[in-house]
Amino acid sequence: MDKDPPKILVFSTEKISDPALDLAGLMKLHYPPTVHAVVVPCSSSVRPSWIMHAFECGFAGVFIAADGSDCPYGETCIEKTAKIVEMTHVMMREKGIPTENLKMAAVCSVCAELFVNQMKLFAGELADKRPMQYEQ
Amino acid sequence: MTNEPNFIEKRIGVYICQCGSNISDYVDVEKVREEISREKGVSLAKVTMFACADSAQKEIVADIQNEPLDAIVIASCSPKLHLNTFRGVAERGGLNPYNYVQVNIREQDSWAHSDKPAQATLKAIHLIRAGIAKVSLSEALTPMTIPAENSVAIVGAGVTGMRAAIELADLGVNVHLIEREHFVGGRVAQWGKMSMTNQTGEEIITELYHEVKKRESIRVYTGADIIASKGSIGNFNIQVKIQPRYVEPPCDPESFKNAIEACPVEVYDEFNFNLTKRKAIFFNYHSEFPALPVVDMATCTRCGECLKYCHGIRLDQQEQVIDLHVGSTFLATGFNPYEPKTGEFGYQEHPDVITLQQLKRILELTKGEFRFRNKKIERVAFIYCVGSRQVEGENKYCARYCCTSAIHAALQLRKDLNVPFIYHINKGIRTYGKQEILYEQSSTSGDIFLQFVEDDPPVVETFNDHLKITVNDLLTANMEVTVKADLVVLVTGMVPRLNQELNSILKIPLGKDHFYNEIHPKLRPVETVIDGLIIAGCCQGPRNIAESASSALAAVSKVYSILNHGEIQLEPTLAIVNPGACEWCGQCLVACPFDAIERVETEKGPVARIIESNCKGCGMCTPVCQTEAIDIKGYTNHEVRSMIEAMSG
Repeated sequence: MDKDPPKILVFSTEKISDPALDLAGLMKLHYPPTVHAVVVPCSSSVRPSWIMHAFECGFAGVFIAADGSDCPYGETCIEKTAKIVEMTHVMMREKGIPTENLKMAAVCSVCAELFVNQMKLFAGELADKRPMQYEQ
Repeated sequence: MTNEPNFIEKRIGVYICQCGSNISDYVDVEKVREEISREKGVSLAKVTMFACADSAQKEIVADIQNEPLDAIVIASCSPKLHLNTFRGVAERGGLNPYNYVQVNIREQDSWAHSDKPAQATLKAIHLIRAGIAKVSLSEALTPMTIPAENSVAIVGAGVTGMRAAIELADLGVNVHLIEREHFVGGRVAQWGKMSMTNQTGEEIITELYHEVKKRESIRVYTGADIIASKGSIGNFNIQVKIQPRYVEPPCDPESFKNAIEACPVEVYDEFNFNLTKRKAIFFNYHSEFPALPVVDMATCTRCGECLKYCHGIRLDQQEQVIDLHVGSTFLATGFNPYEPKTGEFGYQEHPDVITLQQLKRILELTKGEFRFRNKKIERVAFIYCVGSRQVEGENKYCARYCCTSAIHAALQLRKDLNVPFIYHINKGIRTYGKQEILYEQSSTSGDIFLQFVEDDPPVVETFNDHLKITVNDLLTANMEVTVKADLVVLVTGMVPRLNQELNSILKIPLGKDHFYNEIHPKLRPVETVIDGLIIAGCCQGPRNIAESASSALAAVSKVYSILNHGEIQLEPTLAIVNPGACEWCGQCLVACPFDAIERVETEKGPVARIIESNCKGCGMCTPVCQTEAIDIKGYTNHEVRSMIEAMSG
């Protein structure tokens, strides 16, 4: 029986949320080591197909560490990222993947503790639901 | 032009840094090396003590040349620390710097998972595999080199703008100083005596303006607004509309004075926060610059009285539009004081409730006994944090300068105007740093401090011929205290200036507080996401004058670093369109906040095209493309998908 925490793919953003992930490490704040981050320029640049690909590759959860209102590219980032989540939810439902397996939260450049708490919480929620049942 | 992956197998060198023991204490670097050395495409995998050390850099350069290597992956600390260091290593070895990928196995692995070394080791392997996948598909990118015009447009001729103009001129940069008002000085000109030096705003502005005028490379435009801006870093083409002043030299000061006296129009004076009236032809104060009055044509009746005294008045002057070509735009547009709502602590319901800004003007205009509305003022109550630190309201921030300014004004009231009873009703005094000395002086000179909490604010009421403030004082175990006052001063903070048109023209990103947003408050504090658009002073958030001047100098160094080489290299991580895949739906054009996408006609029909000088590489255009015809170089669809696969382990 697999006792590792569920694998979570994080989309972090180069200028805002990825510095928070770095800060979490700097502060020696621990979160599940099965959390892996891919850096993108902005949370509104995440393609729904990437999220779906992560599920297909075996990630149990995907977390978008969004720029939120701190986005250096402008305020529209919030609604655009929300739209990406909405579009992905449709695709997830079609594949039978629970929509709760995709989460998004604004993570500012110093939101290290928030990020760590989100990861612990998300990993716990995903662990309770295992094994995931969805069409490949 | 293609967004298909590059299938030519590269010879990749991988370097795993121990970072002394920061990484190797928790990650089994030798095990990682063994695993990684078996990866497809990896022709060399080494462990290094400090990858950033000179000796290690030289070794990597030698490996690139001797093996030879087509690409390198360095697994070490965060790219935010050493990305450019290792790009330089790649370049010295003869590689394209974009054929290098840095993998963060310190902040996001060894330090974050020091409690689980075995899993940290496994994660390092996955992360490095992702780096290898990315670098395998990476393309050699060339930063664009463009000429940069050695000139800057500084918007706002307050303390920040003028300080920056002087410094940039001394560094050899041509400066266009653009001020919307007809006089320079911004808010500081209104400010009277200030802490900690007791210099007045007028004195500071006068000193700065004289320095500005000594420099031929600074051109000052007053009554001027930016009405259009095209181009990008190094080459902004700006249109500036200059409103007529309706007055020009020659005319001596006495004639101006007579012309102003002759004007029959009287309107409320915004400079004195409507406490006094001015004429339609006016100065704000006598030593104001430029030393020419201005005619307010919105209120002038063209009666011609002023023309009898001064031949320099030209009521037929027309507005002008000028074109400027600059390498950088520097925003120093300042702030507005918070305007309390009607009824907020009695504001505008009782004439003896005023703002701190109004008090500062009253102090400037008062000589001798302190009278307000023909009444001798002996009891003044300050209510703090009006319009700032709002838990429920919009302005959650502390406006930083107001505690100090209010206490400084209180000391002035006591010392210069002999006001005996002064009350400070506050939410916690924030006279940080050296300004604490003023708090001490105020406390020991007899001022009374009462403290309230956000959800139990003081109540201001009229009682006979004076005002009564009731406060539950936190400092005396919530005892209800009633204060009698002749004058209530609302200590109002800063809010962003309303610059909607300018914001729209320059596409300036705003933060959640609606001040201009820097890229990173600590690491890139004066840059915006619009390359070459620099911000400083209070347009970015509340600051005192010293902090604004420091911020101006930080921005000066950034502008100079952009312009001083005469040319600029731009990051090549921009959007790219595969015209073969594009079916032109227009969604990318709608999604792009920077006007960086245009529709062009081709033989197969309309397709999207990227305007590289406008593109910021944000990627907002990519998720909306149904045919996946748009990529961001360095973050392509294939690169990200292959990284996800590699990390899934």
